[in-house]
Amino acid sequence: MSHSVELQDVGMTFGKTRAVGDVSFTVEGGEFFSILGPSGCGKTTILRMVAGFLQPTEGKILIGGKDMAGLGPDQRPTAMIFQSLALFPLMPVWENIAFGLEARGVAKAERRRKADELLKLIALEGYGDRMPGELSGGQRQRVAIARALAVEPQVLLLDEPLSALDLKLRQHMRAELRALQKRTGVTFIYITHDQSEALAMSDRVAVMSAGVLQQVGAPRDLYDNPATPFVAKFVGETNAYPGIVRAIDGKTASIETAHGTMRGRAGPALAVGSKASLYVRPEALKAASVDNAVAATVDRFDFEGAFALIHARLPDGAPLVASVGSLDFADAPKPGETARFGFAPDHAVVLADG
Amino acid sequence: MGDVFKRFGGGLGTVFTALVLVWLAGMVLAPNITMIDYALRPNLPPSAIGGDQDVYSLSNILYLAGEDVHRAIFFKTIWASALVAFITFVVCYPIAYWLAQNATPNQTALVLLALTIPFWINEVLRTLAWYILLAFRGPLNEALLAIGIIDAPVRWFGDTGVLAGMVYAYILFMLFPIYNAIESLEKSQVEAAKDLGASTWRIHARVVIPHAKAGIATGCVFTFMLAAGSYVAPALLGAPGSRWFTQIIYNWFFEGGNWNRGAAYALVLLVLCLVVVLVTLKLARVNLTDVAK
Repeated sequence: MSHSVELQDVGMTFGKTRAVGDVSFTVEGGEFFSILGPSGCGKTTILRMVAGFLQPTEGKILIGGKDMAGLGPDQRPTAMIFQSLALFPLMPVWENIAFGLEARGVAKAERRRKADELLKLIALEGYGDRMPGELSGGQRQRVAIARALAVEPQVLLLDEPLSALDLKLRQHMRAELRALQKRTGVTFIYITHDQSEALAMSDRVAVMSAGVLQQVGAPRDLYDNPATPFVAKFVGETNAYPGIVRAIDGKTASIETAHGTMRGRAGPALAVGSKASLYVRPEALKAASVDNAVAATVDRFDFEGAFALIHARLPDGAPLVASVGSLDFADAPKPGETARFGFAPDHAVVLADG
Repeated sequence: MGDVFKRFGGGLGTVFTALVLVWLAGMVLAPNITMIDYALRPNLPPSAIGGDQDVYSLSNILYLAGEDVHRAIFFKTIWASALVAFITFVVCYPIAYWLAQNATPNQTALVLLALTIPFWINEVLRTLAWYILLAFRGPLNEALLAIGIIDAPVRWFGDTGVLAGMVYAYILFMLFPIYNAIESLEKSQVEAAKDLGASTWRIHARVVIPHAKAGIATGCVFTFMLAAGSYVAPALLGAPGSRWFTQIIYNWFFEGGNWNRGAAYALVLLVLCLVVVLVTLKLARVNLTDVAK
């Protein structure tokens, strides 16, 4: 089993800017763990602290149970894959892959053998003598992964490595990364601002905003049970209706909004009389539903292939987005029409504003 | 060429092209052809010029080959210039690396300004400053005596003085090409090498220096040529034992009164410098066009 990574109250302050504060989570050994957040949320800072390029100004980082304080990137059982990949352009592919072994004083023949073995693992057999510039984006990606795996790290740190690839290749590389992680059993910590990437690949995801950890959970859990308004809005599409909590009845909360009283599942730390918002996913909004129904006029019908997004306006101008599967297009309201959209209380969540 | 006309139109384009041609012909070709012409002709009294004895020959160049002292000074100038280039490189590389990779923009601006300001002063005066610093009873000896590193003043003038003066004089010609080359190196390259466990030495040997090779070769070529052709530093900071080949050339012109032999010596120095430069570039696999950048 690969090493686990534990962050205990980690904080990082650059001069007067607090980039990360009070972040605690544990990545289990062999887990595919993503840190998701918009740019500037502190996720790269966290990764660089785990890698050893930065020393946290507060808290502790433990890898495999050992405190990493004071250890540089060359002394940690981690390997990093950079956003730019940072392949060495003047070395052939095999020397790139074997660079970590070269630094460890491994003999040349053994380095070459190991490089060829890794080239096989990433399905690039016979590419050892090419230069990185002669490879395609996806191939370079795989070489970067092989180079990091060559030093047999316990933890692989990936800093948005897929962001430079086009959509098709990105989706393909997601599956490949996931398969590679399962095969090698190495702990992966993956940084991304792309929520679909995080949801598709990870065992668990940590959502960050403005240097603060918002929620850690399985992808499905984050989507269905967001703990904070930020998570509800950042992970997936959502409609938000602000209002005042009027009643909490077991697991269901009633909230009085500008569009009438609506009911949804009660989020954590909700109090009657406090300001809160109800969040409902586009796919939960049905034109035929009678529960929690609101009348809205359809503005636009955006066809996306397997589904379409209906952009509508409530009487006061507030937006509403509902999605409809391609098989149900015929029954969907058309632009200009006014329809009543509703949702089952189970499919919505009420979260305290904060 | 066509671009010049396209950009500036026929009139201005012609003027610019003419200016470049005048420059090339008057400042580059004419002096060099004259030098070659002088070098290959014997030194004759004015009345004999154009007479029977005024024929082209290699005798002036062969004279250098046969003259032991001059030949020794010639070769010493070549390898000492290479040494100057090497020491300047050793001094500049860490500064250039720090400026290009680690310094904040403010630090870079400050250091580059501090390094440039002395170059607003004439080279002769800058060398004269070293003449004062390195004097037998000068500040350097005083300071070293005061802190007890030496017991008696050292005579710095000679090889050491010449070396110090030249390294100082040509530091910017080495620093800027290397700085520019290292600046274009992505920071993550260095970080990746470090992350993979490479030592500082290996990071430089395998990642930074190969990347900066063109800049390093350019800096070394500049410094070597400037050192080989230097006159002020050896004249001011040298000693009788540290004569530079340029001083011999000077003597032929202004003391020996034999311009032809002086021209021949200068021609040999020029050719050898060219050879060294071209071989260096070839070894470093750098094109002349890279150097021109």
